[in-house]
Amino acid sequence: MKKLVILGPGCPRCEKLADDTRQAAEELNLDFQLYKITDISAISSFGVMTTPALVVDGDVKCVGKLPSLDELKTMLQ
Amino acid sequence: MLNLYSKLPRLIPLTSWGELVNWQKEWKSFALIVTVFIGVFYFPIGISRFDNAILEAFQLVKWYAREHVLLCLVPAFFIAGAIAIFVSQTSVMKYLGTGAKKVLAYPVASVSGTILAVCSCTVLPLFAGIYRMGAGLGPAATFLYSGPAINVLAIILTARVLGLELGIARDVGAVLFSIVIGLAMHFIFRKEEQRKVSAQAIMPDPPESRPLWQTSFYFLAMLSILIFANWGQPEHVGGIWSAIYSVKWWLTTIAALLLVTILVAWFGLKWWKLFPMATPPVLLFSLHIGSPLLPFTAGTMAFGATCISEDGEIKEWLAATWGFAKQILPLLLLGVLIAGFLLGRPGHEGLIPSQWVARAVGGNSLGANLFASVAGSFMYFATLTEVPILQGLLGAGMGKGPALALLLAGPALSLPSILVLRSVMGLRRTAAFIVLVVIMATISGLIYGSIAA
Repeated sequence: MKKLVILGPGCPRCEKLADDTRQAAEELNLDFQLYKITDISAISSFGVMTTPALVVDGDVKCVGKLPSLDELKTMLQ
Repeated sequence: MLNLYSKLPRLIPLTSWGELVNWQKEWKSFALIVTVFIGVFYFPIGISRFDNAILEAFQLVKWYAREHVLLCLVPAFFIAGAIAIFVSQTSVMKYLGTGAKKVLAYPVASVSGTILAVCSCTVLPLFAGIYRMGAGLGPAATFLYSGPAINVLAIILTARVLGLELGIARDVGAVLFSIVIGLAMHFIFRKEEQRKVSAQAIMPDPPESRPLWQTSFYFLAMLSILIFANWGQPEHVGGIWSAIYSVKWWLTTIAALLLVTILVAWFGLKWWKLFPMATPPVLLFSLHIGSPLLPFTAGTMAFGATCISEDGEIKEWLAATWGFAKQILPLLLLGVLIAGFLLGRPGHEGLIPSQWVARAVGGNSLGANLFASVAGSFMYFATLTEVPILQGLLGAGMGKGPALALLLAGPALSLPSILVLRSVMGLRRTAAFIVLVVIMATISGLIYGSIAA
């Protein structure tokens, strides 16, 4: 099962990334679990300074931007 | 034969209506109805101050819609979007991230808000990152103080609505005093090791590389559109300002042509798309319909539609622009309504009597500046809403010094952000930061107030 984590303090862009990631994972028929981390200290312990960020199975895949659905799919695979 | 009767549910004998109502649950609905009723019963409508405040709220919204949205905010959103997409944040963050040089970190942190803090929700994660992974407490405090005040939308809207003078004072005050605050924080806590995170800071991907001069011309063209479209009518006829005013729409058009030329030449915009893009504004202009506002708006919309039809960077630019507009416009509308309701337009009173404002923050006394700084550092301002609120306060008799103090302390701190800061750097550092912000904002206000007087 893939563990997908969205890092972001709760801004609209972070919510959008969470929605898009869920959609991309569902379209890929992945077995996944989506988590959100909003605590700033926890976010910085991932090495992330610009939000939103996406972490797939412990690897930070993108920071500080909202990738398109296609880009998300390549990141999830 | 089937016994149909036994399949039917047995009816519960109805003894009385009283048993059907569960009063243990219903009292909540009753309490709600009573509360609403009392509210409506004593609704302050008809009291002239209240009625007038509601009218003022809508008058102020109308004034913003007419004066500030199409020519100022919309171009500003495009510029903010362009900064998010075309300016390399990595190039700035390497001066603030892991292995940053302390000497460079302070000046870079004091001005980097223009590039890094395009959205208020990015400020706190960046602050935590600089503090725990990068240049440390001092530069992080510097960034936190100046960032929200010098993001590009705040610069543009402050100068446009509150005047160029206060706009410049805000930027200069934020940059200079942020360095003082950063150095003071570093000095106070110099003996304490901070808990560093072992994680290496992960930088965002740099945008497609393009010579700096090309990017500069691109931003220059956009800034020219913004500046010429908003060129104000000078008080006296004659002289260079007046001459520019009389041809401002031609200059705006030239800047727009420059922008699309740059996009075709260096950003890969397909040249034939210029024809459908130019049709709506040229048509409206030549038919003299709603000039100059309508052709400008039609041109902007046609431009946006063209950007959507492109691929890659230009489409991303429009997406970022749209993201800012969608996020900020509702907040600003709400902020303007509240400011209009409470404080009215300049020269008109809202709900709060002007003499109250004048008594608390009028003139340029130490007390007025201190009060404005303390109030500002705890009050929460959603992105850019400090501008209409400040405008209302100024109209109601607030002094220029206290206004600057509020503009500096306001966006840098709020009760919610204080709670987050405490979780990141602990109670003592947060308290020290609040005290420093209040002191510096007060001093800036006193200085500006005495210069402006």
